[in-house]
Amino acid sequence: MEMRNENIDIPKPIKSPSTIKIIWRELVRDKLALVSLIFLVLITAFVYGIALFLDKSEIVTVDLFAINEPPGGEFILGTDYGGRDIFGQLIIGTRNSLSVAILVTLMTGVIGVVYGLVSGYIGGTVDNIMMRILDFFLILPFLMIVIVFVAIVPKYTVFSFSLIMTAFLWMGIARMIRSKALQEKELDYAQASRTLGSSNLKVMFRQVLPNISSLIIVTMTLNLAANIGLESGLSFLGFGFPESTPSLGTLLGYARNPQTLEFRWWIWVPAAVLILVLMLSVNNVGQALKRATDARQRRG
Amino acid sequence: MIPQMILLSILIFIVAQMMPGDALTGIIDPNIDPAAIEAQREALGLNNPWHIQYIDWVNATLHGDLGQSFRFKMPVTELVGQRLVNTVWLGLVTLIFTYLIAVPLGITSGRYNDTWLDQGITTYTYIGFAIPLFIFGLVMLWVFGFKLSWFPTNGSVAPGTEPGTMAFVLSKIKHLLLPALSMALIATVSTVQYLRSEIIDTKQKDFIVTARAKGASEQRVYNRHILRNSLLPIAAFFGFELTGLIGGTVFIETIFNYPGMGLLFIDSITQRDYSVVTSVVLLFGIASILGALLSDIILSIVDPRIRIK
Repeated sequence: MEMRNENIDIPKPIKSPSTIKIIWRELVRDKLALVSLIFLVLITAFVYGIALFLDKSEIVTVDLFAINEPPGGEFILGTDYGGRDIFGQLIIGTRNSLSVAILVTLMTGVIGVVYGLVSGYIGGTVDNIMMRILDFFLILPFLMIVIVFVAIVPKYTVFSFSLIMTAFLWMGIARMIRSKALQEKELDYAQASRTLGSSNLKVMFRQVLPNISSLIIVTMTLNLAANIGLESGLSFLGFGFPESTPSLGTLLGYARNPQTLEFRWWIWVPAAVLILVLMLSVNNVGQALKRATDARQRRG
Repeated sequence: MIPQMILLSILIFIVAQMMPGDALTGIIDPNIDPAAIEAQREALGLNNPWHIQYIDWVNATLHGDLGQSFRFKMPVTELVGQRLVNTVWLGLVTLIFTYLIAVPLGITSGRYNDTWLDQGITTYTYIGFAIPLFIFGLVMLWVFGFKLSWFPTNGSVAPGTEPGTMAFVLSKIKHLLLPALSMALIATVSTVQYLRSEIIDTKQKDFIVTARAKGASEQRVYNRHILRNSLLPIAAFFGFELTGLIGGTVFIETIFNYPGMGLLFIDSITQRDYSVVTSVVLLFGIASILGALLSDIILSIVDPRIRIK
C-alpha cells in the first residue's frame, strides 16, 4: 500500500460533549421532559412575576360580602369561605410553595452532601457512628414528628417550618452521597491527589465533590418534586403555612370541609391540578437529567 | 434496634417536656388553690430532676400507663386501644389490596414488557408515583363518595348499627373499602415497578433458558421459575410497606374522617391534648422500628448472602 505521509490526518482527540450539551440533547430527545421544562419555566416566571403586582394583604383580607362565590364575574376563580380571591391565592400560594420547596431542597442538599461526603470519605468509626445517627433519623415517622415540632415551636414562621422539614429530610441524599464517596475515594484520581499531598478537605470538596455533582443535581431535582408534595401535604393538614400565608396546600385544606369538597370544586381543584402538574413536570425533568448522567440509559 | 428505641423515647420525652402543660393539666380543676397544686406536683414527682422523671415515664409506659387524655377524660391507653383496632383493620385491608393489585400488574407488565399493556401499566405507575396521596384520596372521596355516592364518606361504621350483628360488619367493611383502596392504589406503585424490573431481569437469566430448553411449558417457566425468584424481594419490602402506611393513615383518616390513630393524632394536636399526642407518636415510632426490623429479618431469610451469622 502506498504511503502518502503528507496527507495523513492527525486525528484530533475526540472531545467528549460538555455536560450542558448532553443534558440539552437528552431534553430534545425526550419531548415530554422538554415540554415539562417549558411548563415549569413558564409557571415559575408567571407566579413570581404576577405576584409582584398582586396586593397580598388585599387577597388575604376577609370579605364577608363575597363568600364562596363560584368562578366568573368579579373573581376569575371564585372565592373561598372568607371571600378571598382564589386566583390571587393560587398565584401567591404557588410562589410560596415553590419557594419553600426550593429552600428545603437546597438546605437538605447542603447538609446531606457535607454529611455524606465526610462520612463516606473518612470512613471507619466516624462513618459507623454517623450512619447509626442517620439510621435513627430515617426510622422516625417523618410526618408525625414534623407535625409535633410545628405545633410546639414558639414564634412559628415560614422559615422555621423550612428548618423543621430540613431537619428530618436530609438523610436520603446523605446516604446516597456517602455510598458514592466510598467508591470515589478509592479511584485513582483521589488516590493520586492524596499521594501528592493534598489535604483531605481539598480532596473531598475540590476533587470528589465535582465528580459527583451530576448525581447531586439529579437527586436534588427529584427531591424538589417530593418536597412540593410534602409541603402541600403538611399545609393541607394545617401544619404547614399559617392560613394568612396562602400555599397550594392550604387551598386544598379547605376541601377537608365536606361542603367545600362536594359543592365548591373551584376552591380546591385548581390547586390540586397545579400541584400535580408541578410535581409531574419536575419529575420528568429529573428523570431526563438522570438519564443524561448515565451514558447507558441516554436516548440522545 | 434497642438503642433506637431508647433514642426514640428520649426524643419523645424531650418533645413532651417542650409541650405546654403536664400530666396534671388534664386532671385538675384550674380553680384549686395553687399551693395545693404545688403539693400535688411534688407528690406526683413532677418537680424531680429530668432524668428521674424520664425513668418514671418509661416505667409507667412499660406498664401500659400512658397518662390521661384531658379531652376525652379517660386513660390514653384505653382511648388508643379503641382507635388502634380501626387503624389495624384499615392497614390490613390496604395491604391486601396493595398486593392484590401489585402482583398481577407487575407480572403482566414484566412478562409482556414493551407492549401496549405494559405501557399502560407503566403510565399508571408513573403518575401514581408523582401524585401525592392526599390529593388522590380527596379525588377518590369526591368522585366515589360524593358524586357517585357508592361509598360512605365518613366514619368507620354507620351510626345506629348494633355491634356484633351482620349489618355492623358489612357497614364496617363498606366504610373501609374506599380509604383502603385509595391508599393501596398509591402504595402499590413502587411494588409494581419493582416487580416489573425484577421479572424482566430474571427472564434473561441462564436458568430460565435452561428451563425452556428442558421443555418446560411457558406457564411453568413463569409460575415456577421466574415468579418464585422475583417475588422474594417483594416479600422483603413488606416491613417498609408497614412503615409507609403510618404516614398514609394520617392523611387518609383525616380525609375520610375515619376514627383511627391518624385522625386521633391530628385531632389531639389541634386540641392540644398532648398526652395523647406523645403516646401516638411513641407507638407509631415503635411500629416504624419494628417494620424496619421485620424487613431486615425477611430479607435475611430470603437472601442468604446478607445473613448475619
